[in-house]
Amino acid sequence: MASISDPENYYAEFIKGIWKENPVFIQVLGMCPMLAVTNSAINALAMGSATFFVLVGSSLLVSMFKNVIPKQVRISCYIIIIATFVTVADLTLLAFVPKIHKELGAFIALIVVNCMILGRQEAFSSKHSVKASVADAVGMAIGFVIALFALGAVREVLGNGSLFGYSLFGPNFEPWVVMILPPGGFLMLGLLLLFFNWIKEVRERAEADLDATYREEVA
Amino acid sequence: MSEELEPRAAETEDASEPSSTRLIVTLSLAGLLSGLILVGAYELTLPRIQANQARELREAVFKVLPGTERFQEMAFVDDNLVETEADAEEVVYAGYDQDDELLGYAIPGEGAGFQDTIKLIYGYQPDRRIIVGMEVLESRETPGLGDKIIKDAAFRKNFLELSVDPEIVPVTEKGAPNEIDTITGATISSKAIANILNATNERWLPRLEGSKPNDQQEEK
Amino acid sequence: MDNLVYIFFSALLINNFTLSYFLGLCPFFGVTSKFETAFRLGLANIFVMLITSISAWFLNTYVLVHAPYLKTISFIVVIASTVQFVEMVIKKLSPPLYRALGIFLPLITTNCAILGLALFSTNRGYGFVEGLIYALGAGGGLTLALVLMAGLREEAELSSIPSVIKGTAMNLIIAGILSLAFMGFAGLFSS
Repeated sequence: MASISDPENYYAEFIKGIWKENPVFIQVLGMCPMLAVTNSAINALAMGSATFFVLVGSSLLVSMFKNVIPKQVRISCYIIIIATFVTVADLTLLAFVPKIHKELGAFIALIVVNCMILGRQEAFSSKHSVKASVADAVGMAIGFVIALFALGAVREVLGNGSLFGYSLFGPNFEPWVVMILPPGGFLMLGLLLLFFNWIKEVRERAEADLDATYREEVA
Repeated sequence: MSEELEPRAAETEDASEPSSTRLIVTLSLAGLLSGLILVGAYELTLPRIQANQARELREAVFKVLPGTERFQEMAFVDDNLVETEADAEEVVYAGYDQDDELLGYAIPGEGAGFQDTIKLIYGYQPDRRIIVGMEVLESRETPGLGDKIIKDAAFRKNFLELSVDPEIVPVTEKGAPNEIDTITGATISSKAIANILNATNERWLPRLEGSKPNDQQEEK
Repeated sequence: MDNLVYIFFSALLINNFTLSYFLGLCPFFGVTSKFETAFRLGLANIFVMLITSISAWFLNTYVLVHAPYLKTISFIVVIASTVQFVEMVIKKLSPPLYRALGIFLPLITTNCAILGLALFSTNRGYGFVEGLIYALGAGGGLTLALVLMAGLREEAELSSIPSVIKGTAMNLIIAGILSLAFMGFAGLFSS
């Protein structure tokens, strides 16, 4: 794949993670931590940053060592690498933002079994150059952070009437409390996915219509 | 999608497999490198983490035992209240005021709430047998309802001078000094607090009566 | 004894591992198109959880006191080994079961519910017996959620669903309603 070293393609690898192959909305990966930590915008951002750090770091190392790691033990090696980054992220959060760390709790450590990270190593980083792997990881991670933040912000605004802890609607707003509780997580993500599906369908229908009209004109 | 999957091929020795030594060496190296990085990260962050934990504890003790200048962690060992530095199973914190007189004890407790376990800490003055403050440390109660045990100012006032004899009783209208007002719409969470306080009192109060803290014994 | 009952039912119903803590979602959405498979996977998970609970307790009590930062990495290694071991045992003892579970068996390693169990259990300071009861409740809760979801999805297959909601979107909304229903168990153990 000679074209993968093209600077233009780095951008393509990067941008695909944000929309077209967004890990949460399109690929529906990494849901476990997602729903638990998105009950507020700041928690979502903190979790997203930790995942960003782990994903980019792991992709970097896996890609650097891809020719040295034997095939038979590759999954174990990926897991060791990922777990190391996760523990470092965990310690860093505990040291610098202990209150947020307390809210996220064990879910930071659970980043290690986030299918998205392991999947990315297996599917991409182990087969591509360092630069391409990092571009891919950064794109996916940003897509992940955007998805987390969207979910967290909506849930916090609806369920608590605030954003980042700042009250938006004043004291008389009766918040839709279920949104910051577990059912709200499921429902909100379901509705967001529904929205994305709908956009996809509309776009596909438009393309099909365009195709049909083109064929009519040509015929 | 058919649920019938092919039987997995028997795991035979693959002829082109790299030697087991290579596999073991790679894994060991990876583990070693990982271990080194983790030890480094741990040592680097340890001072900050310990400082954070100490500060959190200090703030909690000061809140529930107003007037405290310094406090000492105490454990109950061999029927005696002794000073301890290590992380013992069950501890209380003896608080001393600016004249180094014993103010009281900050006692941690936990128990079942409405949704999940509630963790709290409260200040107890043994000479007057009253609770002088209570702070909820961890809870998962329903936001807007049960979590009022944290946010409701009127509820927290219950614990500024709460008598512990014969036991703490949750009521709708506070009358006696050992009663607390439950929160409307959060009765169960309020009762849970009373239950936790009573259970913890049952365990600790006899120990605190029967012995004086070590440093005071020396003064005698 | 009171405490053990509370731990069990809390993990099973009141704070259901899947519907309340969002653990085990990969199989929850991936493996619940058929009731039988979902049930069998749930049982396999319970078994792995029990063994993990024991190993986690041993590790935490004797090894991790000296190196707490090794928790995540050592737990995941233990889980991977346990799953490998369980795979071998099932293959030997019951080849048809092994075939029926197929790829889902090694996937238990990345099931956040197993690692989540080990982490929650040790973070809360559960002893040996409490850890086992917790594992039973958690595994049971996961199985319960899997089985309920599978049943509902099988029913849904028979109805006509707009294509825009079909797939994960619908499953998430079903899960949301299940989670809402399970909220009714709160306060089960109150005076």
